[in-house]
Amino acid sequence: MAKVWHRYGPVLIISLAIGAFWYLAAIALNANWALDRAERAGKTLGAVELVQETWSQKKPRLPVPHQVAAEIYKTTVEKKITSKRSLIFHSWVTMSSTVLGFAFGVGLGVGLSVLIVYFRVVDMSVMPWIIASQAIPILAIAPMIIVILNSIGISGLVPKAIISAYLSFFPVVVGMVKGLRSPDKIQLDQMRTWNASHSDSFWKLRLPASVPYLFASLKVAMAASLVGAIVGELPTGAVAGLGARLLAGSYYGQTIQIWSALIMAAVLAAVLVNLIGLLQRITLKRMGFVR
Amino acid sequence: MSDNTAISARGISLTFETNDGPVHALKDVDLDIERGEFVSFIGPSGCGKTTFLRVIADLEKPTAGKISVNGQDPETARMNRAYGYVFQSAGLFPWRTIAKNIKLPLEIMGYDPEEQEERAKAALSLVELDDFGGKFPWQLSGGMQQRASIARALSFDADILLMDEPFGALDEIVRDHLNEQLLALWRRTKKTIGFVTHSIPEAVYLSTKIVVMSPRPGRITEVIDNTLPDDRPLDIRDTPEFMALSHRVREGLRGGHQDG
Repeated sequence: MAKVWHRYGPVLIISLAIGAFWYLAAIALNANWALDRAERAGKTLGAVELVQETWSQKKPRLPVPHQVAAEIYKTTVEKKITSKRSLIFHSWVTMSSTVLGFAFGVGLGVGLSVLIVYFRVVDMSVMPWIIASQAIPILAIAPMIIVILNSIGISGLVPKAIISAYLSFFPVVVGMVKGLRSPDKIQLDQMRTWNASHSDSFWKLRLPASVPYLFASLKVAMAASLVGAIVGELPTGAVAGLGARLLAGSYYGQTIQIWSALIMAAVLAAVLVNLIGLLQRITLKRMGFVR
Repeated sequence: MSDNTAISARGISLTFETNDGPVHALKDVDLDIERGEFVSFIGPSGCGKTTFLRVIADLEKPTAGKISVNGQDPETARMNRAYGYVFQSAGLFPWRTIAKNIKLPLEIMGYDPEEQEERAKAALSLVELDDFGGKFPWQLSGGMQQRASIARALSFDADILLMDEPFGALDEIVRDHLNEQLLALWRRTKKTIGFVTHSIPEAVYLSTKIVVMSPRPGRITEVIDNTLPDDRPLDIRDTPEFMALSHRVREGLRGGHQDG
């Protein structure tokens, strides 16, 4: 018991502190509206009534956790997952383009990193553009990607996935270039003494050496990919996906809906990143990297 | 140069161009190494002993002079896998078990799996690591890792073994033990060994020939034939003969410094 407390106690205390802060912040932010309403109705609010009022508004500035929890429960458990009002449905839409974009991004990132490591020309000519690409705000470039792709007849999942890929290939390039260059001089000299071919050096030395770097990049790439998918949903007129829920929520001032979508996005990110973490642990253990 | 010559160097010079001007790593080095000899290269840092070993291995190209390895130029010799090279650190691949590390050069050289298995087993046994084939490198001590790297260099049966301060990073007790093992291994396999070291006792204990080198420019100042008997227990190092040889090597090193 003491052991369990030792391990999870601090986590619990910090979670409670965040929760408490959230509730207090909700009182402060929502109080004005509650007081205005009471004044117009010619009533005065006691402290308890004020708190109750700020924690139960329909469109609060800051909804409290139990309101968000109730909304999430209503839109996940109580709705059929095929319903347009189901958060599971919207999460699924976003996840599909996140994962597809992640796959594009990883493929592109790994491919580019190999070219960069093996060809000096590519390193010198392409690398600056790769870095520049990440300096452009994604919000600026996402609508153009959607419009351009739509005009050549590509719509639906793929344009969103491409925006995800645009964000997620970068950490993969950076990590993989470092990983492929991680073998030390002795290991490279060894390969030379055995008269190893370029392909031997790649498959037997550089690639396996880069695996720990790749996994670190994959985690960042997955999170970036989710951001890309959500941003990609905004300019499409917000039909489906967590981004659509965010946009619809902000049109109609549905703060509870916005926060529910945000929490779902966070949960989705946590699940996907942890999946990669699990894969990382298994792979590195099997490869003998983990002691 | 006779048929019995494993390595023959004539007028080898190597100059590195650096921002501070040219560095003469090697200047006019002449040396013959017979088959089956155990030759130690000793000298202070910058005397070119490692560079010379790397020239033999075709890891560096000399700027002047001629060198032949097994009667071929170094590049051809390297392509024919004429030598095994043991580096300062074991450089085992952490994602491969010890046995798979030893099989790595065999895979690259295209041995079939059964022969890889056999050779890895034989090489492990040569360095007394029979039971460690399934372990990952991190599970072994530094000395055992270095033994594994020697096994790897031996696995494809090259008749020349080049060793660049292989025991430099190990403590003295482990080092003594590995010196003894290396000597036994050399006696059994009759390989030609080129061995770079900082340590006078190590050079005297191991070799048939001690090449004393000095820096700026890197060159050979003296070649001392070792008169100790072939059979060398560790305590031979307490005999007057051993002391006298050590003294000679030390004098050689000092002399090189004075005119250097």
